[in-house]
Amino acid sequence: MEAGTISSGSGIHLPGMEIAKASKNRYEVMIGPAHPGSGHMRIFVEVDGDIMVKVDPDIGFVHRTMEKLAEGREWIQNIPLFERIAILDACNITLPYVRAVEKLLGIEAPERARYLRTLLCEINRVASHLYGMGIFGVFLGHSTLYMWGFGDREVFIDLAERLTGARLTHTYPVFGGVRRDIPDDFPEDARKATRYMRKRLNEYAKIFLNNPNIRSRLENVGVLTKNQAAELGLVGPNIRASGIRYDVRLNEPYEAYGDVDFEIPVFEEGDSLARAWARVEEVRQSLNIIDQVVTWLEKHPRENFMHEKFWKTAPKLYKDVYEGKISYSPKYRIKLMPIFASLKVPPGKSFARVEAGRGEIVYYVESNGDIFPYRVRVVSPSFRNVIAFKYVMPGHRLMDLPAIYGSFDYFPPAFDR
Amino acid sequence: MDGGVKGLISLQDMIKEALGNNIIKIEDNKGYMDVVVPLEKLKESAIKVKQLGFDHVKSVTAVDYIQKKQFMVTYHISSYLNEELSRHVLGLSTFIDRDNPHIPSLATIWTSAEFQEREVYEFFGIIFDGHPDLRLLLLTPVVAALKPLRKDFVVKEDSINIEVDYAAYNATKWW
Repeated sequence: MEAGTISSGSGIHLPGMEIAKASKNRYEVMIGPAHPGSGHMRIFVEVDGDIMVKVDPDIGFVHRTMEKLAEGREWIQNIPLFERIAILDACNITLPYVRAVEKLLGIEAPERARYLRTLLCEINRVASHLYGMGIFGVFLGHSTLYMWGFGDREVFIDLAERLTGARLTHTYPVFGGVRRDIPDDFPEDARKATRYMRKRLNEYAKIFLNNPNIRSRLENVGVLTKNQAAELGLVGPNIRASGIRYDVRLNEPYEAYGDVDFEIPVFEEGDSLARAWARVEEVRQSLNIIDQVVTWLEKHPRENFMHEKFWKTAPKLYKDVYEGKISYSPKYRIKLMPIFASLKVPPGKSFARVEAGRGEIVYYVESNGDIFPYRVRVVSPSFRNVIAFKYVMPGHRLMDLPAIYGSFDYFPPAFDR
Repeated sequence: MDGGVKGLISLQDMIKEALGNNIIKIEDNKGYMDVVVPLEKLKESAIKVKQLGFDHVKSVTAVDYIQKKQFMVTYHISSYLNEELSRHVLGLSTFIDRDNPHIPSLATIWTSAEFQEREVYEFFGIIFDGHPDLRLLLLTPVVAALKPLRKDFVVKEDSINIEVDYAAYNATKWW
């Protein structure tokens, strides 16, 4: 190669490769879009030295047009669709849609179904937090936590599989109730899992949260005050780590949350470490809820788990299996009642919110009396958390980016929908 | 249940007192209370509602009523800092003309609406006047030019045949 082509001062122009004179001492760094940790997204970061001055999240790499697709599918078909927003939190993600449609139909799930939904929601929440902590560990170069988090998550995925028949995409809550009941030996397994996880949580604190290396990366990094968190409209453990006492389970109890005892862990610090602690403490509370729900289910066996309106249309085979006349066997797979296929929902507008693992998820559902929804709007928790990157990161060093990114438990597929 | 209904009635009175003549219609929908205000009073109403303690936006929703040639834009708002208000969700709605979709941006009042308004902008082509940073968020210019969530955009079965608007593609940068 000739000497002239590589020097910038010689006057030879290569299209797209001109070297502009820097007016300020700033560089633009692009992080992503190829999977910077938890999924496909890109962050444009403008750095001055190694201080971030401007952060612009660029998202949409895994957008799947769910709101549009929902308008062309029957009401029941949308449940498996919306599950794909965040498959590791499937019950929490679809529950507000089911609840919004139930409000339009004017029905309410029977008591046993409400407890069963609560049970799966909490199993999902534990699994989701363990997943988030594992990813957080990778961001900070702590691969042990990654292995532990994903390994222990498997325990709760197995529980969900025993309950619903599927590891991740359960499609468990349906209009009027749930898809099926628990197996008889489920309570014992659930107790074993919660006992194991309680013991493990102390070890998590030892190896990760109280680890001096990790603490020096997280303490006083990405601090959000109470008012800032409210103004940005963040959700979930992220606001509770900033001192806001808001949890849909507490403020507008749904399903069986009004009947079980649990606490909402609230921290005042508002930094990345507090956000990590908030998740660990929430897992502890979820384990308590699982224990209480399982005990309730044991005391009330064989109650109806589907609303009468739908259950009376069930084929005789389902009823025989349910009443114990025929012993359960895999060939009598529980299918949905045929009435769901042509379900028409009365016209109206409805809004529902639920506290998912990563925070509050809301659905707005509008019906014009057809077999398809007229409009479904879904706002997932990560969608409301992503704005924090733009406003919290500037002022920190570039090395703090993974710490802040991980501490918000951000999940791109949930944003993009 | 009694407490909820009572709470909602007093909330309705509170909103009526604060907004006064701005309200066209106030109705108790399932899961939220819908307040319809005229387009020109939207910003003024939003400021008054924020002063009551509604501090964040949960969702910005647009609905296309193609037969009436209207869009409805709803801001679902609630409170974090006021525990009494956090039990309720308020919908601040307005109707805008489908042929001239302009609406004042509320992102300067509620920062939490910033990204959501960008999303409504790209999916419906509704322009939020006064938005600090109105750009595409999820879609590429090719798809955003089709305004995919409008009712006259029909999803074709064969995705290869989607018409590409190359003018829009060339006019805007990809990012």
